[in-house]
Amino acid sequence: MSNKSPVPFRGTKEQEQKLREVIAQHKDQDGPLMPVLQEAQAIYGYLPIEVQKIISEELDIPLEHIYGVVTFYAQFSLAPKGQYKIAVCLGTACYVKGSGDILNKIKEIIGIDVGECTPDGRFSLEATRCIGACGLAPVMTVNDEVYGRLVVGDVADILKKYMG
Amino acid sequence: MQMVNLTIDGTPVSVPAGTTVLEAARTLNIDIPTLCFLKEINAIGACRICVVENRVNGNGRLVAACVFPVAEGMEIHTHSPMVLKARRQTLELILSNHDKKCLSCVRSGTCELQRLCNEYKVEKEDAYEGEMNVYPIDDTAAHMVRDNNKCILCRRCVAVCEKTQAVSVIGANERGFATHIGSAFDDGLGLTSCVSCGQCIVACPTGALAERDDTDKVWAALADPTKHVVVQVAPSIRVTLGEAFDMEIGTNVEGKMVTALKRLGFDKVFDTDFSADLTIMEEAHELIERVQNGGALPMITSCSPGWIKFCEYNFPDMIPHLSTCKSPQQMFGAMVKTYYAEKNNIDPKDIVSVSVMPCTAKKFEVGREDQNAAGLPDVDISITTRELARMIKRAGIVFSKLEDSAFDHPLGIGSGAGLIFGATGGVMEAALRTAVETLTGEELGKLEFTDVRGTAGIKEASYQVGGLDVKVAVCSGLANAKELLKKVQSGEADYTFIEIMACPGGCVNGGGQPFQPASIRNFEDLRAMRAQALYDTDASMALRKSHDNPMIQELYKTYLEHPGSHKAHELLHTSYVARNRFGDQ
Repeated sequence: MSNKSPVPFRGTKEQEQKLREVIAQHKDQDGPLMPVLQEAQAIYGYLPIEVQKIISEELDIPLEHIYGVVTFYAQFSLAPKGQYKIAVCLGTACYVKGSGDILNKIKEIIGIDVGECTPDGRFSLEATRCIGACGLAPVMTVNDEVYGRLVVGDVADILKKYMG
Repeated sequence: MQMVNLTIDGTPVSVPAGTTVLEAARTLNIDIPTLCFLKEINAIGACRICVVENRVNGNGRLVAACVFPVAEGMEIHTHSPMVLKARRQTLELILSNHDKKCLSCVRSGTCELQRLCNEYKVEKEDAYEGEMNVYPIDDTAAHMVRDNNKCILCRRCVAVCEKTQAVSVIGANERGFATHIGSAFDDGLGLTSCVSCGQCIVACPTGALAERDDTDKVWAALADPTKHVVVQVAPSIRVTLGEAFDMEIGTNVEGKMVTALKRLGFDKVFDTDFSADLTIMEEAHELIERVQNGGALPMITSCSPGWIKFCEYNFPDMIPHLSTCKSPQQMFGAMVKTYYAEKNNIDPKDIVSVSVMPCTAKKFEVGREDQNAAGLPDVDISITTRELARMIKRAGIVFSKLEDSAFDHPLGIGSGAGLIFGATGGVMEAALRTAVETLTGEELGKLEFTDVRGTAGIKEASYQVGGLDVKVAVCSGLANAKELLKKVQSGEADYTFIEIMACPGGCVNGGGQPFQPASIRNFEDLRAMRAQALYDTDASMALRKSHDNPMIQELYKTYLEHPGSHKAHELLHTSYVARNRFGDQ
């Protein structure tokens, strides 16, 4: 039931100090929550419970209220980004060329869903809108590497490169 | 006051400016259905079941009556074809994502959605087929069960948790079709800093929220010949139980209730009113001692377990201010398994101590640490008013026709002071009756302390008690408590004694009380009507002061020695723990 990230929190003292500075900057303005969440995500890359609790205490906003906002907007993430960020394009061209099957195969191999990160922090998975490489459809990317004209059978070999 | 003239269903009506169409219609005895709207709690105009036709120059437009203000010359139609069609469609759409297991639903018969579907002749339960959300049932909390499959997203629970109680552990998560009510990180409620007050349950129009049903445990105890099953009934139950049997709000059914409990098979039917008197003896003594010996002041009452939990989570610094007295429920349990057991030569291990409470937090309280006077839990099973009503119905007892009976002795004698514990201000008034007479040694001419009565969220008064200046405050609803405590912490307020009850209006409006639909709650003040029945009964009683209760006097003489004695401390007092504001999340 719980939606906490299984990846252990690795926030540093410096990050926390930066977060508290950001909160102090916005605390007295109207509607401080959105800018604080956006900057917090910029600092940590995601918004785990540890970060949301600090925001809750400092802004005196209930934790559930913050979580409700975080899960309402697609821009916020509850899971950290992995060392290797996998993105599968679900734009129209890629989708009709079977990127849905590619995505399912990736999920099967690394054992996480879209928006999640593997517990060892190695992979995170995203489904994107059109990334403008329709000529190569279906397309996936791993960090800055682009893989095009994929078939399901290619997936395992590509991922193997990053498994170390 | 500026008046506005309009017609509703062809009838002219004149109402003050700012009145909503819903309220204006009610003055003509027209009931407009509501699902999300709950007076003083939720006014978001979201569910659209209250739509009415606002006709301008012959053209109709649908508006949400619950939030739409009247305007001069307005022509409103509340049951035109356009309205009826829209309401039915709204119901069909709600049903398209609703778990329709009405037969086994705890709210069958009291469900507001079910009633409307029936009234609006919704014949096609699957008019809009398609995907349905399937949610796991959350049974992690000690006091309640959440079933989002029956949630209609009206947000009454969210509003009451946030605005009335300042607890805010539930809210709307995610968006669009995935929107659901839950806690942060979708943790179970049991992990959060929920205080177990149950106000969300009585606000819920459907079966999405319900108390944890402990009636099976009670049936099992009653069927076990080796067990001596003792039940205590809280003061407020007698003025609310009748509602579950379609009686008028504010009917005192004490006699029938006692008969019903005896017919259910309880070995002894006792009255928590007795231990409310005992609480007053201990609490008044504790207060006087704190005043005389420089103890932590203000002292704050400890009868309401929802309030206690709220304090532990959110105001741990204030814990020294809490009275160390156990709540009446727990004091009663302690006396049953010690005094009563010894006197009647019963092994406390063979006693099953049951309580009937207006409260869901009592289910949490029975499991608290340091509530075991006889080395066993003081109370074994705590059920709500609603659960008792279900047991009476299941046993086939024709409640409304029952003859009256009296509580059993010795723990069935209670005073009017103990009785009014069920309403906000009642504990304070009862304590004042005893404290004043104890300190002055003179008999009070007038027993009513009317300044502390009424349903206002925060009440204040000052009294001269035996040369002592006593400043008191009475508070119900935890948002009010939060406001009051902040003033105490900042030094802005300097009270001697504060009564706090978690539920607005006190126990008569507790989270375990019978359901009343929005159609009643939006127009009647349940709190005042139920409380009035307690005050009327108190006024008619001969015994109206806790310290005059002959059984209390006997108990101290033969067993507890005196209020605040070593033995009383061992059996009747408890301790509290500072908790993290995020619970176990």
